[in-house]
Amino acid sequence: MADSEHKYHHQKEKANALSTAVDMFVSQLRTMALVLKHTFTKADTVEYPEQKPYLAPRYRGRIVLTRDPDGEERCVGCNLCAAACPVDCIALQQTIDDDGRKRADFFRINFSRCILCGFCEEACPTYAIQLTPDIELAEYERQNLVYEKEHLLISGVGKYPDYSFYRHSGIEVNINGERKAKGGAEQEKSPVNIKGLMP
Amino acid sequence: MAEILFKLLEMTIIIALLIPIAAMLVWVERRMIGIWQDRLGPNRVGPFGILQSLADLLKILGKEDWIPPFSERLVFTIAPVIGAVCVLMSFAVIPFSPSIGVSDLNIGLLFFLAMASLSVYSVVLAGWASNSKYALLGGMRAAAQTISYEVFMGLSVMGVVLLTGSFNLREIVIAQESGWLIQTQFLGFIIFLIAGIAESHRLPFDLPEAETELTAGFHTEYSGLKFALFFLGEYLSVTLISAMSVVLFFGGWLMPEPLASWLPPLVWFILKILFFVMFFILLRTSLPRPRFDQLLSFGWKYMLPLALINLLATAAFKLGGFYG
Repeated sequence: MADSEHKYHHQKEKANALSTAVDMFVSQLRTMALVLKHTFTKADTVEYPEQKPYLAPRYRGRIVLTRDPDGEERCVGCNLCAAACPVDCIALQQTIDDDGRKRADFFRINFSRCILCGFCEEACPTYAIQLTPDIELAEYERQNLVYEKEHLLISGVGKYPDYSFYRHSGIEVNINGERKAKGGAEQEKSPVNIKGLMP
Repeated sequence: MAEILFKLLEMTIIIALLIPIAAMLVWVERRMIGIWQDRLGPNRVGPFGILQSLADLLKILGKEDWIPPFSERLVFTIAPVIGAVCVLMSFAVIPFSPSIGVSDLNIGLLFFLAMASLSVYSVVLAGWASNSKYALLGGMRAAAQTISYEVFMGLSVMGVVLLTGSFNLREIVIAQESGWLIQTQFLGFIIFLIAGIAESHRLPFDLPEAETELTAGFHTEYSGLKFALFFLGEYLSVTLISAMSVVLFFGGWLMPEPLASWLPPLVWFILKILFFVMFFILLRTSLPRPRFDQLLSFGWKYMLPLALINLLATAAFKLGGFYG
């Protein structure tokens, strides 16, 4: 019994070896046939300089500084973007205007360091700094990759057309020559007298 | 005297055409692999990128031709030349058409096998002279692979010799006028093709250069023109194996009658070669590389017995009078 079983297994193994060999051969032919089919498949290539690839609106490309709907700079120079930047490519200095508005005195992004991670955009409390779907940043000279504020600032509002930081914030400031007192902003209550006894 | 001059002219023309063809094959291969991988391949230099090889050549000429200081200088320099020369020599016995062909050597087939064996020296010497571990491993693999596949490459074509009764390649082609040998020697053809792939170290049998494991194998240390010479040899041997397959099994320049009168014999021969070159490129695109021990055991355990069975069966049928 044991002997015949052993024999049976041996024969089965032999048959398996042959069928494995055939299977392997057929598998190779099948692979080649499948690859050959691709002769008639359209190439996925986008021929770049002539044909631009589609970049989504939220693509993380060249960084810009946007303005609010009133046409004023959104950036308040808070330095959060520079702090968030993992490669320290952002440098800026805050100043305060006579009307109480804060803005960046200078704003500098070194695009030869920038990794276009978008952390600055996430950190920005005023939606000022935004990444755009533009990837054509190549320059012949390295120095030209350092963008100053005048290169970064655009005239539009970017991805958030209605947002204006100063209209929402409780800072005393001039908007379009019109003085906005503390507590005068949209959806803002007047300041609470913390020393008063009334509820 | 005039005859000798004519022969010299013929040789010069064949070599002068073969080398640009081998260079063009680089472009053809890259383009075809591109198509099969749903890409475009090089399409910028000239129409359809046809001048890509020229650009590659100009670039490679501009490269530093560096001989490593730790290498065996003389052998290092000679090795790539051996490869290209051996393959070019083999073309001497190929009958291109009824009137074209350098030599009607009566041992043409043996001459081809001898040259194929000699070209191993190119790889082995390159691997040895480079004096670096990757190159040496590549050279060793090349030696083992080529020597073992040579055995049944020779055996697989013996069926052809049995049936045609000649080692002369031109006579082998002429003997196929009644029917191509692929009809009776299908197994022999498959074995010859597999051995041919191994001989020319093309994927899937490119273990001597296996870039994923050996950097570039035997030509790791080569650069510039010497590197180009290795590539020339490789692409020439692809053409050679294709040409030999056509001559031995697919009737050389012969075609069945309605087709034969459409195009001249030489064009038919070139078209057939092109078909096999495309097949080689398809192989490269689709099949992965086996492990080294798998390659050798496949050779000795499957291919050699199959080649022997093929030879035995052919001989038996021949004796039995099945082939008339």
